[in-house]
Amino acid sequence: MQAEEKFTYETWPAEPEKATLEAKNKFLGFWFFLGGETVLFATLFATYLALKDKVPSAEHALAKDIFEIPLAFTATMLLLTSSLTSVYAMYHMKNFNFKKMQLWLGFTVLLGAAFLGLEIYEFYHYVHTFGHTFTSSAFGSAFYTLVGFHGAHVAFGLLWIITLMVRNSKRGLNLYNAPKFYVASLYWHFIDVVWVFIFTVVYLMGMVG
Amino acid sequence: MSNQQPSSGNPRVDVEYRRRKSAEEMRYQIVTFALMIFLTIVAFVAVGYEGFSGWFTVPFILLLAVIQVIFQLYYFMHMSHKGHEAPTLFLYSGVVVGAVTILAFTTIIWW
Repeated sequence: MQAEEKFTYETWPAEPEKATLEAKNKFLGFWFFLGGETVLFATLFATYLALKDKVPSAEHALAKDIFEIPLAFTATMLLLTSSLTSVYAMYHMKNFNFKKMQLWLGFTVLLGAAFLGLEIYEFYHYVHTFGHTFTSSAFGSAFYTLVGFHGAHVAFGLLWIITLMVRNSKRGLNLYNAPKFYVASLYWHFIDVVWVFIFTVVYLMGMVG
Repeated sequence: MSNQQPSSGNPRVDVEYRRRKSAEEMRYQIVTFALMIFLTIVAFVAVGYEGFSGWFTVPFILLLAVIQVIFQLYYFMHMSHKGHEAPTLFLYSGVVVGAVTILAFTTIIWW
Protein backbone atom coordinates (compact mmCIF):
# COMPACT_ATOMS: atom_id res chain seq x y z
CA MET A 1 0.00 0.00 0.00
CA GLN A 2 1.54 3.26 -1.16
CA ALA A 3 1.31 6.47 0.80
CA GLU A 4 0.30 8.54 -2.24
CA GLU A 5 -2.20 6.01 -3.60
CA LYS A 6 -5.69 7.38 -4.28
CA PHE A 7 -8.40 5.81 -2.18
CA THR A 8 -12.17 5.57 -2.18
CA TYR A 9 -14.47 4.90 0.73
CA GLU A 10 -14.43 1.19 -0.22
CA THR A 11 -10.66 0.80 -0.49
CA TRP A 12 -9.72 2.94 2.52
CA PRO A 13 -8.01 0.62 5.06
CA ALA A 14 -9.61 -0.04 8.44
CA GLU A 15 -6.63 1.37 10.36
CA PRO A 16 -5.18 4.08 8.11
CA GLU A 17 -3.12 5.41 11.01
CA LYS A 18 -1.07 2.19 10.97
CA ALA A 19 -1.34 1.09 7.34
CA THR A 20 2.17 2.00 6.14
CA LEU A 21 5.58 1.39 7.71
CA GLU A 22 6.06 5.12 8.21
CA ALA A 23 2.68 5.30 9.93
CA LYS A 24 3.60 2.45 12.27
CA ASN A 25 6.87 4.15 13.16
CA LYS A 26 5.07 7.44 13.80
CA PHE A 27 2.52 5.74 16.00
CA LEU A 28 5.17 3.99 18.08
CA GLY A 29 7.49 6.99 18.24
CA PHE A 30 4.71 9.29 19.27
CA TRP A 31 3.62 7.09 22.15
CA PHE A 32 7.24 6.94 23.28
CA PHE A 33 7.24 10.74 23.25
CA LEU A 34 4.01 10.76 25.31
CA GLY A 35 5.72 8.54 27.90
CA GLY A 36 8.45 11.19 28.15
CA GLU A 37 5.86 13.97 28.35
CA THR A 38 4.27 12.12 31.27
CA VAL A 39 7.58 12.32 33.15
CA LEU A 40 8.02 16.00 32.21
CA PHE A 41 4.62 16.98 33.56
CA ALA A 42 5.00 14.74 36.62
CA THR A 43 8.18 16.59 37.60
CA LEU A 44 6.38 19.92 37.18
CA PHE A 45 3.48 18.65 39.33
CA ALA A 46 5.98 17.44 41.93
CA THR A 47 7.62 20.87 42.01
CA TYR A 48 4.26 22.58 42.29
CA LEU A 49 3.16 20.33 45.16
CA ALA A 50 6.44 20.95 47.01
CA LEU A 51 6.22 24.73 46.55
CA LYS A 52 2.48 25.28 46.85
CA ASP A 53 1.64 28.22 49.13
CA LYS A 54 5.34 28.84 49.84
CA VAL A 55 5.24 32.64 49.88
CA PRO A 56 7.68 35.21 51.28
CA SER A 57 5.23 37.12 53.50
CA ALA A 58 1.84 36.75 55.14
CA GLU A 59 0.28 39.35 52.80
CA HIS A 60 0.99 37.29 49.71
CA ALA A 61 -2.07 35.59 48.20
CA LEU A 62 -2.32 31.80 48.66
CA ALA A 63 -3.94 29.20 46.40
CA LYS A 64 -7.25 29.35 48.28
CA ASP A 65 -7.38 33.14 47.79
CA ILE A 66 -6.87 33.24 44.03
CA PHE A 67 -8.61 30.21 42.49
CA GLU A 68 -12.34 30.36 41.72
CA ILE A 69 -14.73 27.64 40.63
CA PRO A 70 -16.40 29.40 37.62
CA LEU A 71 -13.13 30.09 35.78
CA ALA A 72 -11.61 26.63 36.36
CA PHE A 73 -14.91 24.95 35.49
CA THR A 74 -15.35 26.87 32.22
CA ALA A 75 -11.77 26.12 31.11
CA THR A 76 -12.26 22.43 31.93
CA MET A 77 -15.50 22.19 29.96
CA LEU A 78 -13.91 23.89 26.93
CA LEU A 79 -10.96 21.49 26.87
CA LEU A 80 -13.02 18.36 27.58
CA THR A 81 -15.41 19.22 24.76
CA SER A 82 -12.51 19.86 22.39
CA SER A 83 -11.31 16.34 23.17
CA LEU A 84 -14.70 15.00 22.03
CA THR A 85 -14.69 17.05 18.82
CA SER A 86 -11.28 15.65 17.92
CA VAL A 87 -12.67 12.14 18.50
CA TYR A 88 -15.40 13.06 15.98
CA ALA A 89 -12.73 14.23 13.55
CA MET A 90 -10.92 10.88 13.78
CA TYR A 91 -14.23 9.04 13.35
CA HIS A 92 -14.68 10.84 10.01
CA MET A 93 -11.03 10.20 9.10
CA LYS A 94 -11.62 6.46 9.51
CA ASN A 95 -14.75 6.76 7.36
CA PHE A 96 -12.74 8.58 4.67
CA ASN A 97 -14.79 11.76 4.99
CA PHE A 98 -12.22 14.51 4.61
CA LYS A 99 -14.62 17.50 4.72
CA LYS A 100 -16.25 16.41 7.97
CA MET A 101 -12.89 15.63 9.50
CA GLN A 102 -11.72 19.16 8.67
CA LEU A 103 -14.95 20.60 10.07
CA TRP A 104 -14.57 18.84 13.42
CA LEU A 105 -10.88 19.68 13.60
CA GLY A 106 -12.02 23.27 13.07
CA PHE A 107 -14.34 23.03 16.11
CA THR A 108 -11.45 21.53 18.09
CA VAL A 109 -9.24 24.48 17.18
CA LEU A 110 -11.96 26.99 18.13
CA LEU A 111 -12.51 25.37 21.54
CA GLY A 112 -8.76 25.16 22.11
CA ALA A 113 -8.34 28.81 21.20
CA ALA A 114 -11.16 29.77 23.59
CA PHE A 115 -9.40 27.81 26.34
CA LEU A 116 -6.14 29.57 25.63
CA GLY A 117 -7.82 33.00 25.61
CA LEU A 118 -9.40 32.23 28.98
CA GLU A 119 -6.03 31.17 30.38
CA ILE A 120 -4.41 34.42 29.22
CA TYR A 121 -7.20 36.38 30.92
CA GLU A 122 -6.73 34.23 34.04
CA PHE A 123 -3.00 34.97 34.29
CA TYR A 124 -3.65 38.67 33.69
CA HIS A 125 -6.26 38.61 36.45
CA TYR A 126 -3.90 36.94 38.97
CA VAL A 127 -1.09 39.36 38.22
CA HIS A 128 -3.21 42.52 38.42
CA THR A 129 -5.65 41.62 41.18
CA PHE A 130 -3.43 39.60 43.51
CA GLY A 131 0.14 40.57 42.55
CA HIS A 132 0.64 36.82 42.01
CA THR A 133 3.48 36.76 39.45
CA PHE A 134 6.22 34.42 38.29
CA THR A 135 8.76 36.14 40.55
CA SER A 136 6.56 37.13 43.51
CA SER A 137 6.96 33.77 45.29
CA ALA A 138 8.14 30.18 44.88
CA PHE A 139 4.44 29.33 44.71
CA GLY A 140 4.06 31.73 41.76
CA SER A 141 7.08 30.29 39.94
CA ALA A 142 5.86 26.72 40.31
CA PHE A 143 2.28 27.61 39.38
CA TYR A 144 3.13 29.55 36.21
CA THR A 145 5.70 26.96 35.12
CA LEU A 146 3.23 24.08 35.42
CA VAL A 147 0.10 25.76 34.05
CA GLY A 148 2.12 27.80 31.53
CA PHE A 149 3.81 24.68 30.19
CA HIS A 150 0.40 23.16 29.66
CA GLY A 151 -0.81 26.37 27.98
CA ALA A 152 2.23 26.27 25.69
CA HIS A 153 1.30 22.70 24.76
CA VAL A 154 -2.20 23.89 23.89
CA ALA A 155 -0.75 26.69 21.75
CA PHE A 156 1.60 24.28 20.00
CA GLY A 157 -1.23 21.78 19.43
CA LEU A 158 -3.37 24.52 17.89
CA LEU A 159 -0.58 25.54 15.50
CA TRP A 160 0.05 21.90 14.66
CA ILE A 161 -3.60 21.11 13.84
CA ILE A 162 -4.07 24.36 11.89
CA THR A 163 -0.91 23.66 9.86
CA LEU A 164 -2.12 20.14 9.02
CA MET A 165 -5.56 21.44 8.04
CA VAL A 166 -4.15 24.16 5.77
CA ARG A 167 -1.39 22.11 4.19
CA ASN A 168 -3.72 19.23 3.33
CA SER A 169 -6.82 21.26 2.48
CA LYS A 170 -6.55 20.54 -1.25
CA ARG A 171 -4.95 17.11 -0.95
CA GLY A 172 -7.78 15.18 0.64
CA LEU A 173 -7.14 12.08 2.73
CA ASN A 174 -4.48 9.54 1.86
CA LEU A 175 -2.10 7.29 3.75
CA TYR A 176 0.50 10.05 3.75
CA ASN A 177 -1.52 12.45 5.89
CA ALA A 178 -3.98 10.20 7.78
CA PRO A 179 -1.29 9.17 10.34
CA LYS A 180 -0.35 12.83 10.77
CA PHE A 181 -3.93 13.75 11.67
CA TYR A 182 -4.18 10.74 13.97
CA VAL A 183 -0.99 11.58 15.86
CA ALA A 184 -2.04 15.23 16.25
CA SER A 185 -5.33 14.07 17.76
CA LEU A 186 -3.43 11.81 20.19
CA TYR A 187 -1.42 14.86 21.23
CA TRP A 188 -4.61 16.83 21.75
CA HIS A 189 -6.08 14.11 23.97
CA PHE A 190 -2.87 13.99 25.98
CA ILE A 191 -3.15 17.73 26.63
CA ASP A 192 -6.59 17.00 28.02
CA VAL A 193 -5.22 14.18 30.20
CA VAL A 194 -2.73 16.63 31.73
CA TRP A 195 -5.47 19.21 32.24
CA VAL A 196 -7.58 16.70 34.21
CA PHE A 197 -4.76 16.55 36.75
CA ILE A 198 -4.19 20.31 36.64
CA PHE A 199 -7.80 21.16 37.41
CA THR A 200 -7.86 18.55 40.17
CA VAL A 201 -4.44 19.10 41.78
CA VAL A 202 -3.96 22.83 41.20
CA TYR A 203 -7.44 24.35 41.13
CA LEU A 204 -9.68 22.05 43.13
CA MET A 205 -7.07 21.05 45.74
CA GLY A 206 -6.04 24.71 45.87
CA MET A 207 -9.58 25.74 46.75
CA VAL A 208 -9.83 23.02 49.39
CA GLY A 209 -6.79 24.59 51.07
CA MET B 1 -0.90 -8.30 8.27
CA SER B 2 0.58 -5.00 7.25
CA ASN B 3 -2.61 -3.28 6.14
CA GLN B 4 -5.20 -5.40 7.96
CA GLN B 5 -7.57 -5.28 5.02
CA PRO B 6 -10.81 -7.15 5.65
CA SER B 7 -10.72 -10.57 4.07
CA SER B 8 -14.19 -11.46 2.81
CA GLY B 9 -13.18 -10.51 -0.72
CA ASN B 10 -16.31 -8.41 -1.11
CA PRO B 11 -15.53 -4.75 -0.37
CA ARG B 12 -19.23 -3.84 -0.05
CA VAL B 13 -19.81 -6.30 2.77
CA ASP B 14 -16.66 -5.16 4.55
CA VAL B 15 -17.68 -1.53 4.24
CA GLU B 16 -21.04 -2.29 5.84
CA TYR B 17 -19.31 -4.14 8.65
CA ARG B 18 -16.84 -1.34 9.18
CA ARG B 19 -19.50 1.34 9.14
CA ARG B 20 -21.42 -0.53 11.85
CA LYS B 21 -18.28 -1.10 13.90
CA SER B 22 -17.29 2.50 13.70
CA ALA B 23 -20.79 3.67 14.67
CA GLU B 24 -20.68 1.32 17.65
CA GLU B 25 -17.25 2.69 18.60
CA MET B 26 -18.69 6.21 18.40
CA ARG B 27 -21.43 5.26 20.87
CA TYR B 28 -18.76 4.19 23.37
CA GLN B 29 -17.03 7.52 22.83
CA ILE B 30 -20.23 9.44 23.62
CA VAL B 31 -20.78 7.39 26.78
CA THR B 32 -17.14 8.05 27.73
CA PHE B 33 -17.59 11.77 27.22
CA ALA B 34 -20.81 11.85 29.27
CA LEU B 35 -19.05 9.98 32.08
CA MET B 36 -16.09 12.35 31.99
CA ILE B 37 -18.36 15.39 32.21
CA PHE B 38 -20.26 13.73 35.05
CA LEU B 39 -17.05 12.96 37.00
CA THR B 40 -15.86 16.54 36.47
CA ILE B 41 -19.10 18.00 37.79
CA VAL B 42 -19.03 15.68 40.81
CA ALA B 43 -15.45 16.82 41.58
CA PHE B 44 -16.36 20.53 41.35
CA VAL B 45 -19.50 20.04 43.46
CA ALA B 46 -17.52 18.11 46.10
CA VAL B 47 -15.12 21.05 46.39
CA GLY B 48 -17.87 23.70 46.28
CA TYR B 49 -19.88 21.97 49.01
CA GLU B 50 -18.84 23.23 52.44
CA GLY B 51 -19.89 20.11 54.36
CA PHE B 52 -16.94 17.89 53.41
CA SER B 53 -13.55 18.15 55.08
CA GLY B 54 -10.35 18.25 53.03
CA TRP B 55 -9.44 14.80 54.33
CA PHE B 56 -12.37 13.41 52.36
CA THR B 57 -12.42 15.78 49.39
CA VAL B 58 -8.77 15.55 48.30
CA PRO B 59 -8.50 11.74 47.95
CA PHE B 60 -12.01 11.68 46.48
CA ILE B 61 -11.30 14.17 43.66
CA LEU B 62 -7.92 12.53 42.97
CA LEU B 63 -9.71 9.22 42.52
CA LEU B 64 -12.22 10.86 40.14
CA ALA B 65 -9.33 12.34 38.13
CA VAL B 66 -7.63 8.94 37.81
CA ILE B 67 -10.88 7.30 36.64
CA GLN B 68 -11.45 10.07 34.12
CA VAL B 69 -7.91 9.81 32.73
CA ILE B 70 -8.28 6.03 32.35
CA PHE B 71 -11.40 6.62 30.24
CA GLN B 72 -9.57 9.23 28.17
CA LEU B 73 -6.59 6.93 27.56
CA TYR B 74 -8.48 3.73 26.83
CA TYR B 75 -11.38 5.13 24.79
CA PHE B 76 -10.46 8.54 23.36
CA MET B 77 -6.85 7.53 22.76
CA HIS B 78 -7.83 3.94 21.79
CA MET B 79 -5.51 2.15 24.22
CA SER B 80 -8.23 -0.48 24.62
CA HIS B 81 -7.70 -1.49 20.96
CA LYS B 82 -5.31 -4.27 20.06
CA GLY B 83 -1.83 -3.31 18.91
CA HIS B 84 -1.27 -1.00 21.88
CA GLU B 85 1.19 -3.12 23.85
CA ALA B 86 4.17 -0.84 23.23
CA PRO B 87 2.20 2.38 23.93
CA THR B 88 1.02 0.80 27.20
CA LEU B 89 4.61 -0.03 28.17
CA PHE B 90 5.83 3.48 27.27
CA LEU B 91 3.04 5.28 29.07
CA TYR B 92 3.14 3.25 32.27
CA SER B 93 6.95 3.51 32.40
CA GLY B 94 6.46 7.28 32.34
CA VAL B 95 3.77 7.01 35.02
CA VAL B 96 6.06 4.98 37.32
CA VAL B 97 8.97 7.44 37.02
CA GLY B 98 6.54 10.36 37.45
CA ALA B 99 4.85 8.82 40.49
CA VAL B 100 8.19 8.24 42.23
CA THR B 101 9.18 11.85 41.53
CA ILE B 102 5.94 13.17 42.98
CA LEU B 103 6.24 10.88 45.99
CA ALA B 104 9.77 12.12 46.63
CA PHE B 105 8.89 15.80 46.25
CA THR B 106 5.89 15.58 48.56
CA THR B 107 7.40 13.42 51.32
CA ILE B 108 11.19 13.64 51.45
CA ILE B 109 11.55 17.32 50.55
CA TRP B 110 10.34 19.97 52.98
CA TRP B 111 11.36 23.43 54.06
